[in-house]
Amino acid sequence: MTVGSPARGRQQPAPAARPRARRGGQGGRGEGRFAVALLFPAAVVVFGVVLYPVVRTFVLSLHDVTSPMPGSYPFVGLQNYIRVFQDSSFYPVLGHTLYFTLVSTFAELALGIAVALLLNAPLKARWLWRSIVILPWALPTIVNGALWRWIYNGQYGALNGLLQALGISQTPHQWLGSPFLALNCVIFADVWKNTSIVVFFILAGLQTIPEDLYEAARMDGASAWGAFWRITMPLLAPSIAVVLILRTIEAFKVFDIIYVMTGGGPANGTQTIAFYTYLQAFSNQLFGYGAALAYLIVLAVFALAMVYLRILRQGQMAGVE
Amino acid sequence: MQSNRVAASQVLQARPTRRTFLATSGALGLGAFLTSCGVGNGSQGGAGNGKGSIRALFMKQAGYSEQNIQAMTGSFQKANPDIKVTTDFVAYEALHDKIVAAAPANTYDVVLIDVIWPAEFGTKHIVADVTSKWPSSWKQKMLPGAVATPQYKGTFYGVPWILDTKYLFFNTQHLKQAKVDQGVLTSWDGVLKAARALKSAGVVKYPLIWSWQQAEALICDYTQLLGAYGGKFLDESGKPAFNQGGGVQALEFMRQTLVDGLSNPTSTQSLEEDVRRVFSAGQASLALNWTYMYGMANDRTQSQIPGHAAVLQTPRGPAGQPGVNGSMALAVAAGSKNQAAAWKYISYLTSQPVQDKYALSSLPVWSSSYDDPAVLKTNPAVVPQAKKQLGDLILRPQVVTYNSISQVLQGAIQKALLGKQSSQQALDDAASKVASQMSS
Repeated sequence: MTVGSPARGRQQPAPAARPRARRGGQGGRGEGRFAVALLFPAAVVVFGVVLYPVVRTFVLSLHDVTSPMPGSYPFVGLQNYIRVFQDSSFYPVLGHTLYFTLVSTFAELALGIAVALLLNAPLKARWLWRSIVILPWALPTIVNGALWRWIYNGQYGALNGLLQALGISQTPHQWLGSPFLALNCVIFADVWKNTSIVVFFILAGLQTIPEDLYEAARMDGASAWGAFWRITMPLLAPSIAVVLILRTIEAFKVFDIIYVMTGGGPANGTQTIAFYTYLQAFSNQLFGYGAALAYLIVLAVFALAMVYLRILRQGQMAGVE
Repeated sequence: MQSNRVAASQVLQARPTRRTFLATSGALGLGAFLTSCGVGNGSQGGAGNGKGSIRALFMKQAGYSEQNIQAMTGSFQKANPDIKVTTDFVAYEALHDKIVAAAPANTYDVVLIDVIWPAEFGTKHIVADVTSKWPSSWKQKMLPGAVATPQYKGTFYGVPWILDTKYLFFNTQHLKQAKVDQGVLTSWDGVLKAARALKSAGVVKYPLIWSWQQAEALICDYTQLLGAYGGKFLDESGKPAFNQGGGVQALEFMRQTLVDGLSNPTSTQSLEEDVRRVFSAGQASLALNWTYMYGMANDRTQSQIPGHAAVLQTPRGPAGQPGVNGSMALAVAAGSKNQAAAWKYISYLTSQPVQDKYALSSLPVWSSSYDDPAVLKTNPAVVPQAKKQLGDLILRPQVVTYNSISQVLQGAIQKALLGKQSSQQALDDAASKVASQMSS
């Protein structure tokens, strides 16, 4: 089976039939000016809002900057980067971040695929179910964090109330009271919110798979399970890769839900790299050190994105072959 | 010249190619790099002409309410029609970082600062030195705890405005039900005795509630107990000393109340507002909190125990009964272009008549206010306790790196409270980390 063949099989205008602007012609000149005019605002935003801070953060990371105010700060080269790896607090923080990223991304992907398959089925009032599923994602993360903080509250939280009402447990649990349990509870809150976006990415992918492939598979005697693994999953690979990249990056730099729900506690158990970076830079005014930490986050995210893209490219090439 | 025009027109007419895109990107990137090479920018503040607009940053919870501050500001603007004040409010937990982030942009002219920040903000020129503006009479007329609040190494970085410490609140009805005499609440041993009686009488499951979340609130409670047990944060040479004597005993006391089921386990996830909610819901009988809780716990619209919340001076320990200095000051932002107007506004808010008027929310910094029958009438329960307590306050370390020290301590204290480490081990680890931070 070759991935991509159905799309290629669809009727598309032949390349020769497309209108081509002549280089240097009247139309081409107009198009060129128009393209420059269209790109200019985006270029200003990208270079002003993205590139400048990126470069400035790098410059900060090479200095011992300990105040937000103007001044002359000593150049320390790579000392801030070396200090990160000598910092005993960094390794537990890195562990929490990797655990959060791995568990939340996997859970969101697994749940997202399951819910997307359900929403792709011919259900009654499908539009209603789809609207309901998007609701958690529409909530601002800060609101989501505050909501779950109340739900998990050991004294008057809704979760303990529900467990008591259902007769499952009469003893109130301290959901955010121990480091590992609190980390998992924060992950659950994150999964609750972000599964929605995974669902919609996967759902979009599912809708590009032609129905005739499933019909052909049924005629060849394939089971529903077999069709899922041999048709659905391979054709969903590009959507899964995109969603994996996005969610992994987001999970790796998780900050706001931690800030609202636990403040990094209990006993530092929910501190992640982004939260630790924030503490160092703004609470402790170690801007140089914070900038080095921020750069390491960027490098890690960049490496992850490269790995995913490589896997995706290999998968596509294998499919074409 | 003509050829240049032709070249420019050719560039404009040409389609953007990969090469031109890369060249433009490179040029812009280089520009960004060069403009980023400085590690500081911004400008110095100035006195201004004492007129115009100023912007002030306050906190949302505890002390004066948002409505109080709006009302005070309204009166100030009425008296000074040529000054327009814009007020912003953030949660206490966000206040420090907001001040830091806004400083280079000179967003604020007046900022509310905690007693633990003058060393940091003063030495980093985030707030202005106002020593020359301080009338010498203020030092005599204000309470010593208030005078110490905006000071670092003899320099004043603001004017005290919220004078507060943590008091012991108790539910009179609960004590009555458990047949406990409130006289025992004068010492921490007595508090434990009362808590055991309340628990065994089944009045509440957990008699004590505290603000022991990993935050500054935890350090405030620990400070009060550290003082009661005779501990010190730093010794005379400035080295960590909280891992000796009273510092360890205070933490052991805290841990033991959790082990014995006297303290609500939710305490390790609670801030002051959580303490207020639990206490006001009648789910705890005893709590440490700031002045503001008294009014709210007795307010029928916000509490289920109106009329049953009473307040006492902090209990006595083996070494005394100092309260944590939880005061705050109003400071002029160093980058403000209108410092004269900012100072007028601060002088008005901190003036005795204004503070006396709002004494129910926060007690005045002025000594004579505590003998004023009008102030006593505003807050008859808290003022007599405050009069005894405010002369005996303990400061948290006045050092530039206070925040990082506090973070280390918060983590260590929580490890001990959750039973992950012994109190001694947790504080030893913290002391070693703090010592290394202070020496680097």
